[in-house]
Amino acid sequence: MSREDYEIVMGLEVHAELSTKTKIFCSCPTAFGAAPNTQVCPICMAMPGTLPVLNEKVVEYAVKAGLATNCEIERNSKNDRKNYFYPDLPKAYQISQYDKPLCKKGYIEIETSQGKKKIGITRIHIEEDAGKLNHDELGGGSLVDLNRAGVPLIEIVSEPDFRTVEEVDTYLKKLKSILEYIEVSDCKMQEGSYRADVNVSIRKKGETKLGTRTEMKNMNSFRSITRALEYEINRQIDVVENGGIIEQETLRWDEVSGKTFSMRDKEDAQDYRYFPEPDLVAINLSEEYIERIKKDLPEMPESRKQRYLEEYKLSEKDAGILTSSKYLSDLFEKASEVCGNYKAVNNWIISDISRILNETEMDPIEIPFDANQLGKLVILIDKGTISSSIGKKVLEELFENPRDPEDIIKEKGWIQISDEGEIKQLVLKIIEANPQSVADFKAGKDRAIGFLVGQAMKETKGKANPQMLNKMFAEELKK
Amino acid sequence: MDITELTVHELLEKLKTKELTIKEINEAYAKRIEEKEKDVDAFVTVLTEQALEQAKQVPENSGELAGIPIGIKDNICTKGIKTTCSSKMLENFVSPYDATVMEKINSKGMITLGKLNMDEFAMGGSTEYSYFKKTKNPWDLNRVPGGSSGGSAAAVAANMVPWALGTDTGGSIRQPASLCGVVGLKPTYGLVSRYGVVAFASSLDQVGTFTKDVEDCAILLNVIAGKDEKDSTSVDVGEKDYTKALQKDVKGLKIGVPKEFYGEGINPEVKKSLEQAIEKYKEMGAEIEEFSLDIANYSLATYYIIACAEASSNLGRFDGIRYTYRAPEAKNLKEIYKKSRSEGFGAEVKRRIILGTYVLSSGYYDAYYKKAQQVRTLVMNEFNKAFEKYDVIITPTSPTVAFKIGEKSSNPMEMYLADICTVSVNIAGLPGISIPCGVDSQGLPIGMQIIGNKFEEEKILKVAYAFEQETNFREKYKPQFKK
Repeated sequence: MSREDYEIVMGLEVHAELSTKTKIFCSCPTAFGAAPNTQVCPICMAMPGTLPVLNEKVVEYAVKAGLATNCEIERNSKNDRKNYFYPDLPKAYQISQYDKPLCKKGYIEIETSQGKKKIGITRIHIEEDAGKLNHDELGGGSLVDLNRAGVPLIEIVSEPDFRTVEEVDTYLKKLKSILEYIEVSDCKMQEGSYRADVNVSIRKKGETKLGTRTEMKNMNSFRSITRALEYEINRQIDVVENGGIIEQETLRWDEVSGKTFSMRDKEDAQDYRYFPEPDLVAINLSEEYIERIKKDLPEMPESRKQRYLEEYKLSEKDAGILTSSKYLSDLFEKASEVCGNYKAVNNWIISDISRILNETEMDPIEIPFDANQLGKLVILIDKGTISSSIGKKVLEELFENPRDPEDIIKEKGWIQISDEGEIKQLVLKIIEANPQSVADFKAGKDRAIGFLVGQAMKETKGKANPQMLNKMFAEELKK
Repeated sequence: MDITELTVHELLEKLKTKELTIKEINEAYAKRIEEKEKDVDAFVTVLTEQALEQAKQVPENSGELAGIPIGIKDNICTKGIKTTCSSKMLENFVSPYDATVMEKINSKGMITLGKLNMDEFAMGGSTEYSYFKKTKNPWDLNRVPGGSSGGSAAAVAANMVPWALGTDTGGSIRQPASLCGVVGLKPTYGLVSRYGVVAFASSLDQVGTFTKDVEDCAILLNVIAGKDEKDSTSVDVGEKDYTKALQKDVKGLKIGVPKEFYGEGINPEVKKSLEQAIEKYKEMGAEIEEFSLDIANYSLATYYIIACAEASSNLGRFDGIRYTYRAPEAKNLKEIYKKSRSEGFGAEVKRRIILGTYVLSSGYYDAYYKKAQQVRTLVMNEFNKAFEKYDVIITPTSPTVAFKIGEKSSNPMEMYLADICTVSVNIAGLPGISIPCGVDSQGLPIGMQIIGNKFEEEKILKVAYAFEQETNFREKYKPQFKK
């Protein structure tokens, strides 16, 4: 049999760090990147006698996420303890939610090359993050950093509705954009604030029973998720094709070797001994509370895309790319406002900016310059102060060291030559140096002008005004 | 005048009339501790030196309770002072913060005389399960003071502190108060903040008081009660002055007497003493009615399932990684966990962790933990029904008087039965007070438990006060330090 004979079944568990200012059960800050154990207090360090107090913002953010993904909101929810020992878990239990998650039974609609599809959301619950273990190069031991302990998370569990890797990829990007739109998480994959575990199983087409699944962890970019899934699907098919059976296990993806490794042996099958958290009271949500959150939900990607199609007459594809990220979409709107030329802004984002993001594996939210700077760049081109090819250099400069584009071109001496006398001299010089092209042109080859303009640009390191060059070459050659 | 014989409200009177100074009071207690601690072994940490320093700095009359000393059970976190829970696990643990009740005590300018011995992690009914020492009962030094707050009860009974804080999860204040002949109050669950109290069973634990009499109990409750933002389970019942409840009049008051608490397992002398007490109330004009609270028969089993389940989770943090004991020869992570916990916890604590782990395990959860929670609801309902008819319920506090050291420590089941009269109150989250109501033929004190409806501390204080004023136990009987 071949791969085509198998159906792939996948489900996702996404953890998104909520962007509250303080932790879920204490008032320590949640900012990323602080020195180890500097954002801690007796509560998140689990000193004896301390008690948690639930951060109300966490509930609000989770409810927002639930409403944005078409979930039912649980009116009488609660917290539960998940018990296990690990040095990054100072209480030896994680406060999570077991049988009464805040949100359940939702869905997200995705669009892939195969068309539209609804992916079911089983549940969304709130919980606390664990700390981090750092390997100590000197002592050979492990050091515990509890800055992240108690940072609020939502876990979004999907139904096993995925059949292709493309669906997984599209869903993850869509979910990320939704969470960004409703501003509950900044979803920075590099910082671990948006992470996905994927359950994978295969079965022969036509089979209704699910195959044994493996759970894959430790993938920290969309690219590595795609790679890991491709690898795991092929591995499972190979095992089955060779007469083996899939074992239920947790696998760790290793980005460097491009392989998965088993994380836990079966003997260690965990019994988390969930039970209701006695230190917290029930979470009772009123209809008014839920209605208020619903009313305050911002414009979602779909409606924003629709607006771009109608208001700006953007192409389906462009509108899709822009609205795939709230940050890109905001950049588009704000920069357009600054320069009044939304078409040009759209082009910059769709082509050059997207290309750079791709090449550098940068997340839109990490774009270092702001909408004002992008808008100014467009203005400089529109006013003819710089050419669009200089514009590209300015853009690269904006990524490198963001500052006012006007300052950049002054500093670099990139101001466009638009002085008629200067351009004329340049044109005459290039004509004189390229008799062959002149002859070609005279012989009817219009393309020769392109070559000459190119030469002129080369001569001026791209600073000459290309429209003026075109016009003047045409005039001179026709003389 | 023996200063340490006086109640706190008597001390306050004498401070007002300048018959006494804060310095004299603290010196008297330091001296008393010096004399009696070697016999009683109530303290894990004695702080008399610091106390005398502090006493010098208290400006006279700077606040009603300023300079008044107090003893603190060693599972209540005290900043900069060891909080050991009488466990090897926390032998060297110094809390970086104060429990909310300590903040309240300190804000009144009160002086901590020491940290008091207890059963390890508050698990036990005799204080024999302390890692450090066995506290003795001041009435008879061959007997236990009860537990788990045995150090607190014994220190108050021996006049080594004028009053003390304890904690009560299944009877750990009331039972030792009963065995030591002092007044012990477990407030309604939620009345006093648990923040900073090392958790045993979170849904049952409550901080309470040990005092020489009921008036002191009301004064100390005024200090520690109140909603705390740091404890989500604490409740706001508004500002109250519990001393206003201290009235002698019980005429027309309805007292319920549940017959299940006077049956099998209750020592006849205890039963007789209670019957006399109830007769006394009748004489004072209260209406007495016997009734059945048969769900109470299931309370002990329910209690041990819930308490152990929560304990198994609460004690997980003592893992050898941070502030606890760590087995020196542990070579890897698993060994750190296994050896540190095996060596750091005593047998009773391990027994309860194992029990609690078992009842929460998948496949057993429904049969034990879930069932216990259902029974808990039934217990609450039964009490609710009872309080529709009665103002208070009266039972013995302990089925027996103080037992001999070593008598029950090797038989866990018998030890668990010592809680039989008190656990229902914790399960239902009610307030309960134990006051001495007499002595047995050997001169050992017997305690009476008065149970009230939720947040009706005033009522039980009033009922207790009326009896105390009528019977004058403290004047008739005193601990003999029998060797």
